[in-house]
Amino acid sequence: MKFNKLEFIVGCFVLAGIIAGVILALNVAGLTLNFNQDTYKVKGYFDNVGSLKLRAPVKIGGVVIGRVSNIYVDPEKLTPVVEMEIQVNYNNLSSDSKASILTAGLIGEQYIGITPGFYDEDLGSTYLKDGDVLSDTGSAIVLEDLIGKFLYSLQSSGDDSAKKE
Amino acid sequence: MGLINSLGRWGVKKLSSLGRATIMLFYSLVGKPQFRKNFAQFVEQLYVVGVQSISIIVVSGLFIGMVLGLQGFNVLVDFMAEGALGQLVALSIIRELGPVVAALLFAGRAGSALTAEIGLKKATEQLTSLEMMAVDPLRRVIAPRFWAGFVSLPLLTLIFTVVGIYGGKLVGVDWLGVDDGIFWSGMRASIVFSDDILMCLIKSFVFAIVVTWIALFNGYDLIPTSSGISKATTNTVVQSSLAILGLDFVLTAVMF
Repeated sequence: MKFNKLEFIVGCFVLAGIIAGVILALNVAGLTLNFNQDTYKVKGYFDNVGSLKLRAPVKIGGVVIGRVSNIYVDPEKLTPVVEMEIQVNYNNLSSDSKASILTAGLIGEQYIGITPGFYDEDLGSTYLKDGDVLSDTGSAIVLEDLIGKFLYSLQSSGDDSAKKE
Repeated sequence: MGLINSLGRWGVKKLSSLGRATIMLFYSLVGKPQFRKNFAQFVEQLYVVGVQSISIIVVSGLFIGMVLGLQGFNVLVDFMAEGALGQLVALSIIRELGPVVAALLFAGRAGSALTAEIGLKKATEQLTSLEMMAVDPLRRVIAPRFWAGFVSLPLLTLIFTVVGIYGGKLVGVDWLGVDDGIFWSGMRASIVFSDDILMCLIKSFVFAIVVTWIALFNGYDLIPTSSGISKATTNTVVQSSLAILGLDFVLTAVMF
C-alpha cells in the first residue's frame, strides 16, 4: 500500500479532535486517570458535610496531604460519609486524629482539616491505615443553623431579662 | 416612489439569491451517494479546510483561555473566591467562546479561502469545462468542500475548547496559585456533559453548516471578474460573522 501523507495528516487531525472530546468528557465526568496508587483511604462519618465537593483538599495546618475521593450517605446509619485519600508518606497519623470540615474564607470552598491526635502505645492508640474510620469528626458549619441558634439564644435571653424586670 | 422601487428590487434580489443558494445546496447534497468517487476530494478538502486551520485555532484558544484565567483571577481574588476560576473559565469557553470564536476564525481562515478558490474556478471557467465533460460541478466541487467544513469545524471547536481550558489552568493554577483540585472540582461540579458540551457541539455543527454554505455560495454565485472575487470574499467573511453572532444568540435563547 502506498503511503499517502495527506491521508495520514488528516487522520491525525481527526484523532486530535476525538482526543479533545475525550478530554472534555473525562474532565466533566470527573473520571481521573490516576496511576499513582501511593495513597491510603480513610473514612469519616459527619453529621453534615455542607457543600464539600469531590477532590476537595485534605489539610493539616493548611498543608495539603490528600483529597476527598467519595461522598455518600451510609445506607444503614443514614449519615453522610466522606472518604479521603491520604498520601502514603503521611502514615504516622494517630487514629484519634480529628477531621473537621472547614471553609476557606467567608464564601470560599470547603475542605477537610485534620488535627493530628495524641499517639501513645500504652493507651492503645494506633496509626491510621487503609480502611480505617475516623471517629472524631467536626461537621460543616451551616450559616442558617448558626443564625437560627443566635436568634434563639437572643430570644431566650430577652425572655429572661423580661422575667427579672 | 424611487425608494419603494429600489427597496423592492433589493428584496427580490436577496430572496432570489437565497433561493439560488438553497438550490445549489440541494443539488450538491441530495442524490445517489458517491462516497468512493469523491472520497479523495473529501480528504484533500479536510486537509485544506481543517488541518491548515489548526495553528490559528490552537494559538487563539490558548491566549483566550489565558486571558480569561488572568482577568477572572483578578476579580475573584478580591472576594477570596478564586476557587470558582475553573468554573468561570470552563463555562464561558464551553458555552460561548469556544463555538463562536472558533467559527469566526474558521470563517476568516477557511471560508474566505473556499470562496476565492471556487470563484477563481468559475472565473477561469473550470466549472463550465467540468460540465462539458459531463461531470456535475456541484457534486464534484461543492459537495466535498461542504462535508469537509461540516466535519472539521466541530473538531476544531473541541480542540479550541480543550486548549482554552488548559490555557486558563496554566495561568490560574500554575502561575497564580489557585488550588489544582478546587479548580477541577469546581469545573466538574458545574458542567454537565449532556447540557453544556452537547450544546457546544450542536452550536458548532450549526455554525459549520452556515459558514460553509455562505462561503461556497458566495464563490459559486460571484460575478467572474477580479473585483467580483474580492467582493465575494469580503461578503463571505462579513455575512458569516454576522450569521454566527446572530445565530449564537438565537441558539442560546432556545437551548439554555
